[in-house]
Amino acid sequence: MSKAKMKRTLISVLKYITLILGGFISVLPIVVCVITAFKTPEEYASTNVMTLPKNWFYFENFIQAWSQANMGVAFRNSIIILVFVLAGSILTGSMLAYVLSRFKFKGNGFIRNLFLFASLLPGIAMQVSVYQIMYSLGWINFLPGYIIMMCGTDIISIYIFIQFFENIPDSLDESAIMDGCTYFGVFFRILFPLLKPAIVTVMILKGVSVYNEYYTANLYLQDKNRLVTVATSLFKFTGPLGNQYNYICAGVIITMVPALIVFILCQKQIYGGLAAGAVKG
Amino acid sequence: MNEKRSFKAWVTSGKVNRRLCIFTFMFVPVTLLLVFTYIPFFKMIGFSFYDMKYIGEKEFVGLKNYMEVFTREDCFQALKLSLYYIVASFVQLALALYFASVLSFKIKGSGVFKGLMFFPYLVCGIAVGFIFKFFYTRGFVLDTVLQWCGFNLEQLPYWLKDTSINNISVAATSVWRYMGQGMVMFIGAIMSVDASLYEAGDIDGANSFQKFIYIILPSIKTIIVLNMILSITGSLSVFEPPYVITGGDFGTGTYFVIMNKLAHESQKVGLASAMAIVLLILIMIATMIQKWVEKYYFGVGDAEPLREIRKRKKRLEAKGGTR
Repeated sequence: MSKAKMKRTLISVLKYITLILGGFISVLPIVVCVITAFKTPEEYASTNVMTLPKNWFYFENFIQAWSQANMGVAFRNSIIILVFVLAGSILTGSMLAYVLSRFKFKGNGFIRNLFLFASLLPGIAMQVSVYQIMYSLGWINFLPGYIIMMCGTDIISIYIFIQFFENIPDSLDESAIMDGCTYFGVFFRILFPLLKPAIVTVMILKGVSVYNEYYTANLYLQDKNRLVTVATSLFKFTGPLGNQYNYICAGVIITMVPALIVFILCQKQIYGGLAAGAVKG
Repeated sequence: MNEKRSFKAWVTSGKVNRRLCIFTFMFVPVTLLLVFTYIPFFKMIGFSFYDMKYIGEKEFVGLKNYMEVFTREDCFQALKLSLYYIVASFVQLALALYFASVLSFKIKGSGVFKGLMFFPYLVCGIAVGFIFKFFYTRGFVLDTVLQWCGFNLEQLPYWLKDTSINNISVAATSVWRYMGQGMVMFIGAIMSVDASLYEAGDIDGANSFQKFIYIILPSIKTIIVLNMILSITGSLSVFEPPYVITGGDFGTGTYFVIMNKLAHESQKVGLASAMAIVLLILIMIATMIQKWVEKYYFGVGDAEPLREIRKRKKRLEAKGGTR
């Protein structure tokens, strides 16, 4: 019996060791960044990267990074993009999902397949020719154009909405129609308010990807003085500033703060949203 | 006045209202889909037969671009790099599965560990790039940690320049970033397993390893296999890690990194389009195999897996072919 008990403790010790190791590896690269972001240039030049800074209240690097990378403008633009893209894609996505899940009509399956096939096309590859379209529309360096493009490239949220609609009983719509409600009324007055959990899920999944999007932002918002986003603001550090890691790390930490806050506040929803998105594939 | 009301009545009457609703609700998303996915897609097919830049004249060259994709050293070499990422994504799945099954049981501090391992997923790609450029720099983070473990700095390679190891370094960062996401997904799947199965296991005296093999694995095998296949298509189209960490230098340029360079730096739009189409065909093939596997082994929705149906047929035939 004591042997079995020993074995069990050994296993749980091993479990904790792997967990600690996993946690350590996950945070180490970030923690080192935090350490470096608080070092004075002399400290940065003279001490090992793992040495803790002498003064944890040395914010000069953050101030430098903020102004050099134009982060005030970057945050403003990112917030504008986030608000409009989320509003746009939630509205259009849920409307489309409503039509596809509630009405049987010719072409329903065809449209579903159009969206399904579109999800197979790798986004990066498509930008080769999307760029040409954006160019001929005159939407390079045009924030509303970028926002519209970002609304259009979303398939996962439509599927989350469809899945959600299929769990709301049809009888709800039917009784509303009986009471003289139009189909528009059914959607806006009855179903849309019920969608809240799905909307939260989509906001999180889509929000993370929009906030972090830098490839298309870099491609279509090239005017870096006016149209920089939080993700692209970091590009400032690629040129001659390429090895001033005390500034770079400060910049990286600044971009991470909003993500960290959202993560701490909505941990449950984020986990739930990911699990829900995964079940659908 | 009278006419207006009748118009309103006409609009709100069942059939018309229904059509109107279908049309207006679909108009915007379908237009966006056409403009930003299908028109570019067909244009890209067109581009791939031309020698062209974004602006200026174009010249029809037939299949020359496609020939070039298969003969150019850099394009084809880049496809081989996918192997590194396939291996990396399998490692990532295995780690995610391990941590998910450990964290699904009662364990102290599981919330903290889960949070720590998940957070990298929320860091933006370009920031990940900087973090790891810093992490791998000679004499910096990784080297320091390894020196603590007793390695000599002289023996350590240049993680991002040494061509024998740099692809592994870069692929490892994507494991770092996405492992937590996979883990959270698997925890979700494990949690949806009927809890009474675990209780039954406890009564029968199963240890956690046995519970993993006999309860967890069979219940979530569908999602595991699907993720394995998805990771193959994902590995073909790897872009971010090399793009942000090495910029594709020192032999780390994956297929899409090369394609991006050709399209937006050298402006060889035709060739880049041909590359995209070739990869797309590869992804289609992989997806078709995936769909077939799904149908054959797991069944789609409520449908029975084909394999079961076939097995039953065989059994029936063996019995003498009676229905």
